[in-house]
Amino acid sequence: MYKLLLCWRYLRTRWIALASIVSVMLGVATLVVVNSVMDGFTTLMQERMHGILSDLVVETRSTAGLSQPDWYSDRIRERLGDSVSGITTVVTLPAMMTFTVNGQSHTQQINLIGIDEATYASVSDFSKYLLHPDNQKQLDFLLKETGYDPSRESLQPAGWEHRRPNERLKKEFAKRQQEFRSELERYDELKRKIQEQQSEQKNENNLDTASDEAKSEINSLETDPLALAANSADAINSLRDSKPLSAPTGGGRSFDAETEQQIGIVLGIGLGCVRGRDQDNNVRDHFYLRPGDDVSVAFPNAGTPPKAIDKSFTVVDFYESKMSEYDATFAFVPLRSLQESRGMIDPQTGKGAVTSIQIKLKQGVDLAQARDILRSEFPPESLVIVNSWKDTQGPLLAAVALETTILNILLFMIIAVAGFGILATFFMIVVEKTRDIGVLKALGSPGSGIATIFLGYGVLLGTVGAGVGVVCGLLFVWKINEIARVIEFITGREVFDPTIYYFDKIPTIIHPAMLVWVSLGSVIIAVLASVLPAVRAARMHPVEALRYE
Amino acid sequence: MSKILNPVKNAAVAGADSSRYRVVGVDGDRDIPTATASAACIIKASGLTKSYRKQNVVVPVLRGVDFQAEEKRITAIVGQSGSGKSTLLHLLGTLDQPDEGEIFFNGARIDNVSARERDHFRNTQLGMIFQFYHLLPELTLLENIMAPAMIRHGIFSYWKRRSELKERARELAAVVGLEHRLRHRPSQLSGGEMQRTAIARALILNPSLLLADEPTGNLDQETGTSILGLLQSLNEEHNLTIVMVTHDEYVASQCDALVRLKGGRVERLK
Repeated sequence: MYKLLLCWRYLRTRWIALASIVSVMLGVATLVVVNSVMDGFTTLMQERMHGILSDLVVETRSTAGLSQPDWYSDRIRERLGDSVSGITTVVTLPAMMTFTVNGQSHTQQINLIGIDEATYASVSDFSKYLLHPDNQKQLDFLLKETGYDPSRESLQPAGWEHRRPNERLKKEFAKRQQEFRSELERYDELKRKIQEQQSEQKNENNLDTASDEAKSEINSLETDPLALAANSADAINSLRDSKPLSAPTGGGRSFDAETEQQIGIVLGIGLGCVRGRDQDNNVRDHFYLRPGDDVSVAFPNAGTPPKAIDKSFTVVDFYESKMSEYDATFAFVPLRSLQESRGMIDPQTGKGAVTSIQIKLKQGVDLAQARDILRSEFPPESLVIVNSWKDTQGPLLAAVALETTILNILLFMIIAVAGFGILATFFMIVVEKTRDIGVLKALGSPGSGIATIFLGYGVLLGTVGAGVGVVCGLLFVWKINEIARVIEFITGREVFDPTIYYFDKIPTIIHPAMLVWVSLGSVIIAVLASVLPAVRAARMHPVEALRYE
Repeated sequence: MSKILNPVKNAAVAGADSSRYRVVGVDGDRDIPTATASAACIIKASGLTKSYRKQNVVVPVLRGVDFQAEEKRITAIVGQSGSGKSTLLHLLGTLDQPDEGEIFFNGARIDNVSARERDHFRNTQLGMIFQFYHLLPELTLLENIMAPAMIRHGIFSYWKRRSELKERARELAAVVGLEHRLRHRPSQLSGGEMQRTAIARALILNPSLLLADEPTGNLDQETGTSILGLLQSLNEEHNLTIVMVTHDEYVASQCDALVRLKGGRVERLK
């Protein structure tokens, strides 16, 4: 009883102990905050990754793909049974996207994914990341009139609302260009005639025979404002070489881009938008591509050797998974049209080959076990690769896990430093309490009892420090966004730049188990730090302790 | 586990002559030797030698001391500074162990037992008071008095008996005249009050023997006389055996027996 009483009294009366408590508290609070934020980041990242990736992927690297996807799907369903929640077939291939902005051509490397819009939603959360609410319900790769996330002002206008006037303008421009080209051709013809006449005159030394009519024609052309504007030889030459800005044609029929669309393509938002800051330092998205714009995509066909195919698509929507890696590379097109373009359709059966089969498992099914079952079904020798989404993102997840581990080790080292503070404080207290230790021994307290006082004191310091630290850490996590704003105000620097991190609030998750092990770890460190002083106190000779000055 | 029976109220407060300090087990099955009415020897030492090593120099303090104290009497140990008075008291109180010699308490040897047994012996059979009182500054007067009882009992045992023990501590505080200062800390007490508190603390577990190391040495004459009077009354009224180290010849003259030490040897016995 005296041990408990003295522990409590030492805690209340020795202000030096407060320093130990504060050091433990700070360490624990920091650990709680860091772990909560790291867990928040990791979980959000995993959710986003898993949102766009299916649970399991059976894929081939063969250019021609898996020619009998139904056979594979049946085998998968047979082996996994009720565990399967959804299956879809996909064609994935690297491609090059080209588009024109302000008359300049831009090229971007992309991952072109052909999806079956009817079944793809059953294996991933793909549709919930689309901007148009109708597409979120069911994607049909058709351009919508309007309604692409009205909250994004910089995206408006989009859809037919954007395409129609844009294409009308293009058509008008093409018409003017055509007229101008005709004028140029006429000018070239006349110029050629004059040159011929001049050469004839030189030969005959008779310049007067030049046609007055032709001369006056040239003069009228040279004073023509259009001709003057095109005075630069380079400009004229480039215009001569350029193709007319007419819409691509399909099947020989004239294509009217003002009323028709190409095959739809859904682009990752990073492919059509850059995020930056305006003059007032507000974060703004600048869309250089919008739903309604046409892009050209070059990709290899399924032949051997593969040949490049160039195909036009109309952007029908963007998707934003907030994973920059996906948002900046993925582009989705209808599976059937991609199969047709690549020559993956079997002319006899009419069935298309695919490069991968994506599988969604039911809630609670062991992912690794299901993967291993499929791996045994499709061994590597069959040139089919089976991976879970965690395998696909393994290096990234491992890097984040490693980062979290290293941070935890470093922060526990900070608490260990606090532990040395406790050690020093306790040695001071033991020296200060030497006489009291002697008195307690004279009154019959055993050495173990004396040691227990100081060990108990360590437990108490650790517990109070950890308890207050957990509370402070939780408060910090609770108000982390407000605190971040205060820090931004003081330092003038953004803590989490929204142009880099795709979130408007700092994600945090508090796991009760984390709180327990952080607190327990701190208490253990505090107790370990008090062992040496406690042993020293226990071994003190009572007579020497009583005589201590 | 043990239970303190309460003879003090009857003995010290009511002054009953039947007082006897007894410590028995909870189940009452273990009687520890106690002072009796006859003048038997309660503690006896023979051939005690003790030396200390200071910077590789051996300094002999006791050079073969024989000592004995009889029950219900006050025995004074006197001598000059460095004569070995306090060392002898520490050996008798098992705070230290002799290099040679033997110490018996009620016929049982106590100098060669284990540290745990010596701790238990000090806690249950001895009361100790010191020149500098040695109260625990973090505890109140009441808690200081109860300290040996807290050491004796575990948490649950103490919790079960806390009201009984508190009552006993209050009674002892009343015996030493400090019943109105129970919640005060040692820093709020005078020297005399602190020594009275130390005496009450020494008596909480009904010890068979009270060892006092210059109990008046740090007090003014009037307060010292009052403390001495208190010890004498405890001895007379409650038959408490006291062994007291003092350098004050007057104090020594008031005791029943006297042992004078000189140069680590017993010079004269009264």
